[in-house]
Amino acid sequence: MIEFDRMGVRYDGAAAPVLREVSLRIEEGELCLVIGHTGSGKSTLLAAINGLVPYFTGGTLAGRVVVGGRDTARFRPRELAGVVGLAGQDPLAGFVTDTVEEELAYTMEQLAIDPASMRARLEETLDLLGIAGLRNRALRTLSGGQQQRVAIGAALTAHPRILVLDEPTSALDPASAEDVLASITRLVHDLGVTVVLAEHRLERVLPYADRVVWLPGDGTVIAGDPAGVLARAGVAPPVVELGRLAGWDPLPLSVRDARRQAPSLRTRLPSAPPAARRMLYAGDVAPVLTARGIVVRYGGLIAVREAGLTLRRGECTALMGRNGSGKSSLLWAIQGSGRRSAGTVTVAGGAADPASLPARDARRLAGLVPQTPADLLYLDTVAAELAQADQDAAQANPVRANHDAAQANPVRAGAREILEGIAPGIPLDAHPRDLSAGQQLALALAVQLTAAPAVILLDEPTRGLDYQAKAGLTRTLDRLAGQGHAIVVATHDVEFAARSCDRVMVMAEGEIVTDGPAASVLTASPTFAPQVAKVLAPLPYLTVGQVEAALAPAVTP
Amino acid sequence: MALATAASRTTNPLLLLLIFAVLGLVVTLRRTDAPWARGYRFYLIMALVVIVIRVVFRAVFSSGAAPGQAILFRLPHLPAPSWYTGVQIGGPVPVAGVLSATLDGARLACLLCCIGAANTLANPKRALRVLPGALNELGVAVTVALSVAPQLVESVQRVRRARRLRGAGGRGLRAVRAIAVPVLHDALDRSLLLAAGMDSRGYGRTGGATRASRRVTAALMLTGLAGLCAGAYGLLDASMPRGVGFGGFGVGTLLCVAGLALGGRRVARTRYRPDPWRWPEWAVTGCGVACAVVLSAGLGTTGGALTPDPLSWPPLPLLPTLAILVAALAAVAAPPVPGSVSSVPAVAREAALTGSGAVR
Repeated sequence: MIEFDRMGVRYDGAAAPVLREVSLRIEEGELCLVIGHTGSGKSTLLAAINGLVPYFTGGTLAGRVVVGGRDTARFRPRELAGVVGLAGQDPLAGFVTDTVEEELAYTMEQLAIDPASMRARLEETLDLLGIAGLRNRALRTLSGGQQQRVAIGAALTAHPRILVLDEPTSALDPASAEDVLASITRLVHDLGVTVVLAEHRLERVLPYADRVVWLPGDGTVIAGDPAGVLARAGVAPPVVELGRLAGWDPLPLSVRDARRQAPSLRTRLPSAPPAARRMLYAGDVAPVLTARGIVVRYGGLIAVREAGLTLRRGECTALMGRNGSGKSSLLWAIQGSGRRSAGTVTVAGGAADPASLPARDARRLAGLVPQTPADLLYLDTVAAELAQADQDAAQANPVRANHDAAQANPVRAGAREILEGIAPGIPLDAHPRDLSAGQQLALALAVQLTAAPAVILLDEPTRGLDYQAKAGLTRTLDRLAGQGHAIVVATHDVEFAARSCDRVMVMAEGEIVTDGPAASVLTASPTFAPQVAKVLAPLPYLTVGQVEAALAPAVTP
Repeated sequence: MALATAASRTTNPLLLLLIFAVLGLVVTLRRTDAPWARGYRFYLIMALVVIVIRVVFRAVFSSGAAPGQAILFRLPHLPAPSWYTGVQIGGPVPVAGVLSATLDGARLACLLCCIGAANTLANPKRALRVLPGALNELGVAVTVALSVAPQLVESVQRVRRARRLRGAGGRGLRAVRAIAVPVLHDALDRSLLLAAGMDSRGYGRTGGATRASRRVTAALMLTGLAGLCAGAYGLLDASMPRGVGFGGFGVGTLLCVAGLALGGRRVARTRYRPDPWRWPEWAVTGCGVACAVVLSAGLGTTGGALTPDPLSWPPLPLLPTLAILVAALAAVAAPPVPGSVSSVPAVAREAALTGSGAVR
């Protein structure tokens, strides 16, 4: 169906080609999963399938890509629209019209399909993706999962034989992501559509994949059956890591497979996991931030209702909940920059509520890294950003906040040292917009840390990060907690929460419905359980790291 | 739009007030909850501002009162240099001048409101779908441009909030830069994504048109449009000879139709559920056109009724009044707003939160 023949792509001005000598066949009706780190060329590989590379992105294409019998060198993307459907990471950015029905019809209109069969196909597609109830809704009013399904539907109405999806679930909460993936697998099984899918969070899609294409990052491609490739791949979901650790063969790809092999491992493990390896904060654990009765209201909509929480030094808290449950609103309200309709926030050592202080003093009490960290960055080079951060930090009101902040955290390093600590090796003369998502996050975090806030709030930092970057973030959070910061991370990523956080709060409908130690909250609810917990239940293990630590003395006595 | 034509023909305050009332009625009865429909208030405010500015200018830069005119009040007189005697600054302000300025302003304001009402009532994207096939690509471009504005506003709000996190205020040149850079970056990224998306969905498939035919189409369209503009100006401006107006209009229309027909032939594209054009649409158009025709033809009025002496109490001519009231029928005749729309606002707010964090 799709054939890459010694294909290579080199972008203009790049030192090395992104992809080289790629020879690959993807057969009809396969679900092909493309994995690899950020920057390894996943998106380039996908965009080459419908000719966006090189027609749209520029660069030089070597070799041949033949899709459904057509050579992409001779057919432009628009001429391939009937053969290849494409849906990207941010569905909203790709919408041309403004209601669901019009959007679904758009591709068909372009392909000049006659109106009668257009109606019929549209109805089929609505049913197939379970979005019939949304047909008249405006696209902007849909939730992320619904938008993504509409985007897939819009690509499907043209009846393409190939569907290319670039990280379709990366911005979705676990439940919406399940919906989207269920729709995708249904397409593969019922319609025989060939699906090529790139995804960071492998744990969600791996069980459904027929073939895995791994891009190690040097421009080559390794393809094969999932178990075979994952045994070697540098990126792997926890269940595969667990399988590797326990030496299971064949390697389990889903929780179900692993669970069937797990009894022997469960008997070898002690019933209580070893204490967290985190270097615990030695100072007092008195509450550093107390929020009471927070209400955030936007017009008639109540985003946060009567939420209260206390944060302690050296504690990392995960704030979870579905899209739109009020996580972001709560973080912004606590920091003082966002809207807050009622409620109080007190920060230990702070003279007043952060919301009543000028912005540059408020950020010394609580620092927030927003969902799109790039919003904070506006200068030309990393070095300029860091210098600006130092200057801003020095300007704050010394009487009111500096003294308190100094007490709260005596170590106030320069922005550059902080950045070196978080993510070493970011070139100082690079443009902040050219950095990878993980590096941008590190830079934004360093900028906020320069003000030495006692409380650090991160809004969806794991969005778009690969396994490596997430591991880096986990290390950073560990260190910051060890230094006595109180941290709150709003996240959808269960595995990340299990690895990095001590405490988990779950929000629903603007209220905090659960609040407790990570181990008990994450093992209690099936939606929020990490894979390792699912495999090893009833043992309260959350991460592969814990299992490894528990097994270590037994292996080397 | 027809009402706008009517308004430009009269300075009779009663008739103007009537037009305002009719507009208000139509807008309140037939507007939707969509974002563009909330703009009418701003048009009204703008209209008021226009009136005020008109009056103030007239008062300050009045070219002196003719002897024997009633004087409303006196402003301090600023002596202008001798070579610049055409305009006086300050000095006595005549009642008549202020009144006629108010009415002039009101006329302008009325025009503004008419445009505002048209904007409020029509979904710009739906209006563009009515475009003939040859203009489809232009239509899509405009549609996309229209959707950029709300996105930009959203970006600016988000970045401004993020700026507070860095402890910086929202003013000054540096702030403008700090907001503009991320926002523009965002907008560019988004438009690139959109362009890629549209390309991969078959936008701009040529379907085998030759270069020559495209050029001919373009030439026909451009001259046609120029003709239309000249014609419209001739028709609306009472001082131009009628012949020029009608002639320009006619030739322009012919050329445009030819261009569209030629261009439409090469377009391989179909339309999903086109908006039907049934009797309510005809009725609305009819109401408006009737009103415009009556007022521009000056039927049933004796010379001064449409432009009365500003100082006397204006008469209320019967026929134009009726004509404007006919336009009000449009409010009843127009197709009702689809019911599904009413549930949108609550959901919209929710989604605005979901989609982009808590943007506000």
